[in-house]
Amino acid sequence: MKGLSKDRLWSIAVLTPSIILIAVFVYGFIARSVYVSMTDWGNDPAQALALNPIIRFTGLTNYQDLFTGFLQGRFRQELVSTIFFTLFFILGCLGLGLGLALILDRNPKGEGLWRTIFLFPMSLSFIVTGTIWRWMLQPQGGLNQAPTLFGAQPSSFAWLSSTDALWKFDWNKLPLLTASVVGLVLVIMAVRAARSGDRTRTLVAGGCAALLFLWALFIGPNVKLLPAPELHGFNLALIGIIIAAVWQMSGYTMALYLAGLRGIPEELREAAKVDGANDLGMYQHVIFPLLAPITLSAMIVLGHISLKIFDLVYAMAGPDNINTSVPALNMYLTSFRQNQFALGAAIGTILLILVAFVIVPYLASQFRTEEGHA
Amino acid sequence: MKKALLLAAALAVTTSASAAGKLEIFSWWSGDEGPALEALIKLYKQKYPSVTVDNATVSGGAGTNAKAVLKTRMLGGTPPDSFQAHAGQELIGTWVVAGRMEDLSSLFKSEGWDKVFPKDLVKLISQGGKPWSVPVNVHRSNVMWYNPAKLKAWGVTAPKTWPEFLKTCSTLKAKGVAAPLVVGENWTQQHLWESVMIGTLGSANWENLWAGKLKFTDPKVVGAFTTFGKVMDCANKDASGLSWQQASDRIIDGTSAFNVMGDWAAGYFTTTKKLAPNTGFGWAPAPGTTKTFVMLADSFGLPKGAKDRAEALNWLKVLGSKAGQDAFNPLKGSIAARTDSDLSKYNTYSKSAAADWKSNKIVGSMVHGAVAPESFTSAFGAIIDQFVASKNSAAAAAAAQQLAVRAGISK
Repeated sequence: MKGLSKDRLWSIAVLTPSIILIAVFVYGFIARSVYVSMTDWGNDPAQALALNPIIRFTGLTNYQDLFTGFLQGRFRQELVSTIFFTLFFILGCLGLGLGLALILDRNPKGEGLWRTIFLFPMSLSFIVTGTIWRWMLQPQGGLNQAPTLFGAQPSSFAWLSSTDALWKFDWNKLPLLTASVVGLVLVIMAVRAARSGDRTRTLVAGGCAALLFLWALFIGPNVKLLPAPELHGFNLALIGIIIAAVWQMSGYTMALYLAGLRGIPEELREAAKVDGANDLGMYQHVIFPLLAPITLSAMIVLGHISLKIFDLVYAMAGPDNINTSVPALNMYLTSFRQNQFALGAAIGTILLILVAFVIVPYLASQFRTEEGHA
Repeated sequence: MKKALLLAAALAVTTSASAAGKLEIFSWWSGDEGPALEALIKLYKQKYPSVTVDNATVSGGAGTNAKAVLKTRMLGGTPPDSFQAHAGQELIGTWVVAGRMEDLSSLFKSEGWDKVFPKDLVKLISQGGKPWSVPVNVHRSNVMWYNPAKLKAWGVTAPKTWPEFLKTCSTLKAKGVAAPLVVGENWTQQHLWESVMIGTLGSANWENLWAGKLKFTDPKVVGAFTTFGKVMDCANKDASGLSWQQASDRIIDGTSAFNVMGDWAAGYFTTTKKLAPNTGFGWAPAPGTTKTFVMLADSFGLPKGAKDRAEALNWLKVLGSKAGQDAFNPLKGSIAARTDSDLSKYNTYSKSAAADWKSNKIVGSMVHGAVAPESFTSAFGAIIDQFVASKNSAAAAAAAQQLAVRAGISK
């Protein structure tokens, strides 16, 4: 029995406890939450906290309620807010982080000190960041007083309490919008496949895109999710929260990029110079392509942070402010204040799916490269 | 030998402690309210000196943290001996309907509380004809605060009805007051909403609303929503960034003329801001609610399965006694729920509130948990937020009606 050597037995013995614990406390509980999300636990207040509650299986009604229910407009606004928040948060962190890293890469005086200063916000918790920035973004304080330093009038922008929104769209148009976006991606895929001469791929992608566009044009407009139009958009009050989040996390992307920049061998730069590249050309054709994998890892890490964000919003705008609310906050309030456990579990499950969209492709690609190395 | 002695001593200590009994009191009274609770505990210890009192306070405004801890303990099967809850539906709609509380009818009968607590109050803390908690203190929610000197300078008086308020509002706006009314974050807007509703619908319709006899979609209620929208047009635009204290500050500095807030504001004005009642700050019932007292109360209940039931019952007796209420309320800045309290201990504002408590019609507050269960109150904030943004009365009323059906208020 070569397969069961002493080492092997040892490793199995050592790993089993953690496998069992993870199976129960991570995957078991995920399964339990998904099950709860398909019941009516908590819809009747008398059963929510009873000693032996009667819980009925109701299938996907909670999800239906979240996406089309009259009362769940808050949740839909939160989904839209999350998408905008994630987008601007990632763009902000990557932009600012890369900028700082490029500056530090030129070996300025006191580089170590600067690095510490830029990285410092990351050592704070989101609650602390949130509290600091709430002070700074008060209507009559901090940032709004900044123009007075230059003798101008204080600004009156309502950083965390604005109710105005940009880029509003009607939730009823969601199927139409989704179909158009997916269709557009498929068209791009088809064009690229055609260029590389892959005929079947071109046909499949093109066909799918055509079907989607037909659906979007003729059937999509007739799909009514809600009885009345419901507008959702990017609330201006989110800007303050995005600023605080970027302030907190851009040091982290700076560190990642700086490590990447330092990892580029000097020979490559010298070779580029010998080939006659100027500074701009060197960044564009040599350094940035080499930083692409770092951008991807940073996007994954920042992406799942922004989807799950809770504490920063709670500290900055409070739990009841729907203009700045996020799904995680709603899940907490629904489950633990309203005692609607099933609905809360449904929001949690949707969050899990969103995060999985970000993490799973990344994990898959990681596994593939690891196998390639082995 | 020494060890044996120590062991014996230790045993003696533990046995005597358990014989004397223990009592765990669970509340969110920390900070400013701590001394008032201490006074109650002191009174309890005078009567039952052998009992060890464990003051399990979980800090956090309006009990948000405490309620979460309480939920964990109740579901985990280790309820505290007695816990604080807002009197009325907040307790009934959450714990009583779940069958987790003991009914206190016999206690009310043996202590004669039916006679000393106002009838309207007993009705609010009862479900199925049985009372479920002992109210310790009473606060009034429908009070409109103003700065007397400023009102005189502007040449206006405190309006008596909401239409009159809107007139006063346009007068003030013409005089350059940008926001005649000041409101703060979401819950203070709900607080204002409830005063506008009661002032427009009347107290009887307000009670019907929560008994399920009047629908939110009724034209009367929709109309009241419209009035609330007009009232909000008089308010400051940066509301959601302000705490209630910051909102009250704008009354004092004269940026705004009126603020509708509960009577804890009186404590803030006198204690923190060192202002004299009637000159530094003035008050009137919120427009349209002159003979109505919108109340909220802190109360204690008895959970099923409490470890020290006898001690907890004694604690409840102290809470409902005249001595207990007179020890607690002057320190807390509230008034006694009993109508026979010793008024000489209270300040100017509380004296006027106590007089109203005895004579006015008493109804319960929605935002502070007296008439609506938690599942309604905590979701209602989103409706107010949406309404303030859209000013669509019909939609807000329809949403509130759905919420009421879901929370089991209206069928």
